Amino acid sequence: MPLNTQQAEDDGQYVLVAKLDNARNMSTILKAVHFKETALVIASAMGLKVTVEDSKCIQANAFLQAGIFQEFLIKEEQVTFKINLTVLLECLNIFGSSSTPGSTTALRMCYAGYGSPLVLMLEEGGVLTNCSIKTQEPDETLDFNFCSTNVINKIIMKSECLKEAFNELDMTSEILQILMSPDKPYFRLSTFGNAGSTHSDFPKESDMVEAFNCTQTQTNRYKVSLLKPSVKALSSSVRVSIRTDNRGFLSLQFMIKNEDGQVCFVEYYCAPDEDMEEDYDS
Amino acid sequence: MRFRGKLMDIECIQHFTRVVSTVSKLAKTCTLKIDRSKLYFILQGNVVSGDISIWCELPQCHIFTEFNMEGLSEDADEIFLELTPENIVKAMKSARNAKWVKMKLTNKHIPCITFEVELPSLTNLPRTVIHDVPVCVIPRRSWAEFQEPKLTDFDISIYMPPLKVVKNIVDRMKHLGNFVMLSVNRNGEMTLKVETDLVSVSTHFYNLTCPNSRSWSKDPSVTRTPTQSCHHFVEARVNIQKLAQFVSSQQVVPQKVVCNIHANRTVHFLLLHNDVTLQYFLPVVSM
Repeated sequence: MPLNTQQAEDDGQYVLVAKLDNARNMSTILKAVHFKETALVIASAMGLKVTVEDSKCIQANAFLQAGIFQEFLIKEEQVTFKINLTVLLECLNIFGSSSTPGSTTALRMCYAGYGSPLVLMLEEGGVLTNCSIKTQEPDETLDFNFCSTNVINKIIMKSECLKEAFNELDMTSEILQILMSPDKPYFRLSTFGNAGSTHSDFPKESDMVEAFNCTQTQTNRYKVSLLKPSVKALSSSVRVSIRTDNRGFLSLQFMIKNEDGQVCFVEYYCAPDEDMEEDYDS
Repeated sequence: MRFRGKLMDIECIQHFTRVVSTVSKLAKTCTLKIDRSKLYFILQGNVVSGDISIWCELPQCHIFTEFNMEGLSEDADEIFLELTPENIVKAMKSARNAKWVKMKLTNKHIPCITFEVELPSLTNLPRTVIHDVPVCVIPRRSWAEFQEPKLTDFDISIYMPPLKVVKNIVDRMKHLGNFVMLSVNRNGEMTLKVETDLVSVSTHFYNLTCPNSRSWSKDPSVTRTPTQSCHHFVEARVNIQKLAQFVSSQQVVPQKVVCNIHANRTVHFLLLHNDVTLQYFLPVVSM
């Protein structure tokens, strides 16, 4: 199959062409934000940003920087479209989702501009799959207005210990309460469920804590149902940064290492639960 | 009617278990036919309703060390039983490490196949487990329904790519649509395609081989004269769940899997592994 010549001919019509030797480097990151069916994709010279939102209270962004792709060509400054993320992930994983050592799926992703479908060409072991996924009109995404200058408290820790706590979150509790403070207990996660309340404390001296920058005692509450999807990102990550700003907005940034050792980031923004907000200013 | 068989070789026990497990994944209930030389697992689906059909044969001498049967009568020397293959799988689960397994057609209030399993024991006393698998005896007047389907002249035949690869792909395609278009040409190319309003996914396999026209067919009158070019695709649209069911049913990698297509009628899979043949008939669904 003269793939190369065909590709050269086709490429002329595309505004975006990206090539990846291992499709899992992309699917793992996208899985980490897959809690709704549709996602907004913004492509620029920097790479791809994939955004998923829910209830206007939570937003997840996955960043696939141009550097992880073997080839990343874009003809316009910015290309945006909305797509069914569930379908996209099924296509990326068409040859199976388990990572068998030695076998990788090569990916070529193309987009011809507004109104065109997203075209994927995947190959593994001599078998070729072509996918054409309809794109939709892009929506406006929320701007959570989270900037580092307004950050009150920040903790960077190893993901492992947080994984256990998040996996055991009491789902009968509507709320996850996060306390961050320069004083004891420093960092506390609390739930208030049918069986009672649970508190998980993480002291700042712990080996798991890599950086601790808390300036004020803050207690904020977030809906558990909104935060639960972030567990997907947490479980693939090696490191997480937890920050809250002066409005009680939460930013979780997950550092995920792919199979080639490259680092990608996924961030979650969550608005505090309006009904019962407590914010202490010392 | 009598049937008794004793399995004494652990490999035969495992072989039999695997065959029945495969059948149980394809059919909830089926017909077991027993004659002097073979055991047959049969499912005659209603083609009009879009049901699948199965025909699986295994020679009795390859599993039983002792075998004895007497059919309904001298001129109808066969036994037809309706049963749930999963029940046999459950009975055979006890036999994983058995010393021997005896199978016998019995009448315990209702007709059953009784499995007597002798397990290894630390003491001198034997340990046996007995399972009674209820069966329904099929009367002679219905036997005509369970004849081996004729292998009609197919439009094309091809050896399937590894089922494991096909399984992974079909499992994903299942989530995208209800039907898949299976296309094959004489150039050794096979395509699976699912298409909906939202997405179109097609997977292409290359360098597959086509079987010799007569080597696999039992019916010597089946001839195929290639009248079309090598690149012409024969297409068949089938229910994706039913295709997924077939490609997921194998526990071991079969020696040969042939796919025969009779466009607009049937997709026929013929699976050969050692002495076992399994035929799976998928009706073609029109647009």
